[in-house]
Amino acid sequence: MLSRANLIGALLFLAAGVVGLFLPPWLVSLLTIAFANALVVLGLIILWRAGLVPFGQALYYCSGAYTVALLARWGGIGDAFVLLIAGGLVAGVVAFLTGFLLARYREIFFAMLSLAMSMILYGVLVKTETLGSTDGFGVDPPHFLGYAPHGDTLGFTLYWFVLLVCAIAALVIGAYFKSVAGALAVPIRDNEIRVEFLGISVTRLIHMKLVIAGTLAGVGGALAAMTIGHVDPNMAYWTTSGGFVFVTILAGAGSVAAAFVGSLVFEIVRSFAFAVLPGFWQMTLGIVLLLTILFLPEGLGSLATRFRRRKPDTKPVATS
Amino acid sequence: MSAILSVSGLEKTFGSVVAARDISLDIPAQQTVGVIGANGAGKTTFVNMITGHLRPTKGTILFEGRDITGLPSRDITQMGISRSFQVAQVFPSLSVFDNMCAATAIARGDGRFVSAALRSVRAPEIAADVNVAIELFQIAAYRDTLASTLPQGIRKLLDIAMAVAGAPRVLLLDEPTSGISIEEKFQLMDVVMSALKARNITVLFVEHDMEIVERFADRVLAFYDGTVIADGSPGETLGQARVQELITGAKLKSPRGEASTHA
Amino acid sequence: MLTAFAILTDGLAYAAYLFMVAVGLTLIFGVMKILNVAHGSFYAFGAYGAAMAAGIYYDRGLPEAGGFLFMILMAMAIGLVLGLILERGILRFVYGKDEVIIVLVTYAVFLILEDVIVFIWGPQSYAAYQPMVWAGNIEIGDLILSNYDILLVAIAAGLALFAYWALKFTRYGRLLTVVIFDRETAAAFGINVTVVYTVTFIIGAMLGALGGAMMAPKISVTLGIGVEVIVLAFAVVAVGGMGSIEGALVGALIVGICRAAAVHLMPQIELFVIYAVMALVLVFRPYGLFTRAQPRKI
Repeated sequence: MLSRANLIGALLFLAAGVVGLFLPPWLVSLLTIAFANALVVLGLIILWRAGLVPFGQALYYCSGAYTVALLARWGGIGDAFVLLIAGGLVAGVVAFLTGFLLARYREIFFAMLSLAMSMILYGVLVKTETLGSTDGFGVDPPHFLGYAPHGDTLGFTLYWFVLLVCAIAALVIGAYFKSVAGALAVPIRDNEIRVEFLGISVTRLIHMKLVIAGTLAGVGGALAAMTIGHVDPNMAYWTTSGGFVFVTILAGAGSVAAAFVGSLVFEIVRSFAFAVLPGFWQMTLGIVLLLTILFLPEGLGSLATRFRRRKPDTKPVATS
Repeated sequence: MSAILSVSGLEKTFGSVVAARDISLDIPAQQTVGVIGANGAGKTTFVNMITGHLRPTKGTILFEGRDITGLPSRDITQMGISRSFQVAQVFPSLSVFDNMCAATAIARGDGRFVSAALRSVRAPEIAADVNVAIELFQIAAYRDTLASTLPQGIRKLLDIAMAVAGAPRVLLLDEPTSGISIEEKFQLMDVVMSALKARNITVLFVEHDMEIVERFADRVLAFYDGTVIADGSPGETLGQARVQELITGAKLKSPRGEASTHA
Repeated sequence: MLTAFAILTDGLAYAAYLFMVAVGLTLIFGVMKILNVAHGSFYAFGAYGAAMAAGIYYDRGLPEAGGFLFMILMAMAIGLVLGLILERGILRFVYGKDEVIIVLVTYAVFLILEDVIVFIWGPQSYAAYQPMVWAGNIEIGDLILSNYDILLVAIAAGLALFAYWALKFTRYGRLLTVVIFDRETAAAFGINVTVVYTVTFIIGAMLGALGGAMMAPKISVTLGIGVEVIVLAFAVVAVGGMGSIEGALVGALIVGICRAAAVHLMPQIELFVIYAVMALVLVFRPYGLFTRAQPRKI
C-alpha cells in the first residue's frame, strides 16, 4: 500500500513539521489554519471530480467546530484527539442525514440546496443566545493525551497535530481515489445515466462522497476551532463556503496534493494582500480567482501534471 | 425449452398516449431477434421497459423466471440484461481503456457501492478483462484515445463493448448501426455479432436497415403503433403484405434488376 | 387579529423589497442561465448611489419629492454603467463555460466590487432617510404604517405588472421569452442573442440597483449589505423558480410573509425560517415553484 507517492507525501509532511520549528509563531499559526482548511478543500475536490460543487460545506465545518467548542466548554472534554474524533463524527452524521436529500440534486440546484442548509445552521446559531449569538464563544486550548503545552509550544503542538491529521487524511483519500468508487467520479460527471445502466447506484456513490467530504470539513472545522480558540456563527455563513470553493478552484481537482498546495497558496496570497494592500484584499482575491478561472481552469495542480507530461515516455494521466 | 426472457401483457401509457400495448412474447436463449418498425412505433419504449428505464403501466417481464418488472436499471444490469444506446453513451473525458475499466469495475462489483470504495480500479483482473474485450470488439488500436475524439463507428463499438463488460446473458442493441455510413454498417455488425455469439449472448437489436435484419436476425419482431404485428423468421415477416405496407415498403427492383429494401 | 394584520403589512413590505431585489437576478438567470452573485453588488451600488444622491440633493431647498426621484435615477444610472462594464468587460468572455464556473466568476467580480465600494465611498455608513421622513405615516386603528412602505409595495406591484405586460405584449419582451425558453432555437431564428444578453444584463443590473435605492431610506447604508442581500435573493429565486418573474413575485411573498410571521410570533427563528422555506421548496420542487424540469433524452 505504501507507494512512491505516499512516501513522498509523508516526507513532505515531515519536512513541513520540521520547517515549522524555524518559523515565527504567527506564521506557524497561519500554516496550521491553512492545513486545517485544506481538509475542507480535499472534501470539495472529491465532490468536484464527480461534477458537484456545493456552496454549503461551511455547514459541516461549523458543525465540527461547534462540537469541539461545546464539548470543551460544557462537556469538560479537553483532549485534542477525542475532540477531533467527536467533531468529525458529528459532521459525518450531519453529512449522512443531509446526504439523503443532497445526493438527488445536481449542478446549480445542488449548490443552492447545500447553501440553504448551511444558512439554516447560521440562522439558528445567530439567534441562540446561550451560544453567544453573533459573537460566538471561546474554546480553551486542548491537551494531547495528558500533555498540556502553553504559549508558543502549544502553537507548535497544534501545528504538528494538524499535520498528522492531514497526512492520515491524504493517505486515506489517496487510496480512495484509486478505488472503484473514487475513480467513478469522472464517469459520473461525464455521463451518470450510463453509470447507472452499467449496474451501480449513482445516488449512493454520491451520498458516500458527501459523507466523506462532510467528515473532512468537520475535521477541518474541529482543528480550526482548537487553533483559533474561538467559534462563531460566521463559520456557517455563505462567504465561508465561498472561500472554500475559491481555494478548490485555485487548487484544481487533480490530486490530493492540490488541496494542500492550493490552501497554502491561498493563505499566503490572502495574508500578503491583507498586509500589503489592506484596503484591497478582497479585490486581490477576486482578481486571483478570476485569473485562475480564465487562464488556469484546471487549477494550480494542473501545472504539476503539465510538468509530468513533458517527460517523453510518460503515459497521459487519466485520473490520479 | 423455457424462454430466457418472457413478456406478457406489456403496456405503457404516457397520459393519453399509448406507447406500447398488449405485448406478449417469449425469447429463447441465444436467439438473435431483430426489432423493426417506424419511428414512434414503440420499439424503444419496449427496450426501455425491459431495461428498467421505464416502468410498464401494465404487464410483467420475466428474466430467467424472475419477475423484473419495474426494477431499476442498475439492478436489471447486475442480473444479466444489458443495453447499448442509439446515441453512444460513453465517458468523453476518458480513454477507451478507462471507459472499459469503469464498465468492468462496476460489473465486477455486483452493484455494492461500499465495497466499491475498497476495490482498486487498477486491479490486474480488470485490465486483463478489458484487454480481451477491446480485442474482441476490434477497438484495441484506439485503446489510449479519448472517447470524445473517436470516430462514430468506434464509439458505437465502445458503447456495445461496455454493455458487454458485465457478461450479460441478454443484450439489447438500440439501433447499433445508426449514424454509421452504409459501407461500414455490415462491417460493424459482423464484429459485434461474432463477439456476441462467442459469448452465447441472447440479442435483441432494433434496426431500420432491412438488409442487416435479414442477414443477422434469426427472428423478426415488427412493431406498429405500439404493438407487435408480425413475429417470425426474417423471410416470413418481411414478406408479409401488412409489414410491407406499414413498415418496409414493397420490394423494388433497382436499375440493375436486383431487389433491395430499405426502410 | 392585530398581529395577523401586522404580519400581513410587514410581510408585504418585506416582500416588496425582496421582489425588487430578486427580479433582476431571476431575469438574468432566465435569459442567460447565469446565477449572478454580483447582483448583490448592484444592490449595494444602488443603495450607496442613492445615499450619495440624497446627500447632494437635500438641504438645498429643492422640492422633497424630487429628491426621491433623483435618488432612483442616480441608482439606475449607476446600475446601467456597472452592468455594461461587467457584461462587456468580463462576462462575455466566459459564456461558453460550465454554469457553476460562471457563478464563480460572478463571485470573483462580487469580491472585487466590495472593495471598489470601499474605495469610492469609504468604510463609513450613510443615511438616506429623507424620503421615508417625507412620506410620513398613517394610522390604521392601533397600527402605525409607514407611507414609504406602502409606496414600496405600490412600486413593486407596478414593477411586476410592467414586467408581465412587457414580456407578453412588447416585441422585445416576447423575444426575451423565446430566448429564455430555448436559446439555441432563438439564435437559429435570427435573434441576436449577444445583444439580448447585454441588454438583459443591464436591465437586471438596473433593477438590482433600483432595489438598493428603494431600500436605502430604510437601512443604514454600510459595508456588507450586498453580502446579506444576495443570499436572500437566492432564497426567493430558488423558491419561485430560477428564471421566472411570477416565481420571483410569489417567492418574495412567501418568504416575506413567513419572515414577518416569525418576527412577530417567534423571533428566534427569523433567519432560520427563510432558509428553511427555501430548503423545503427545493425538496419538493427542485426547480422552484414555477419552472419546469428539463429532461434528458437518451
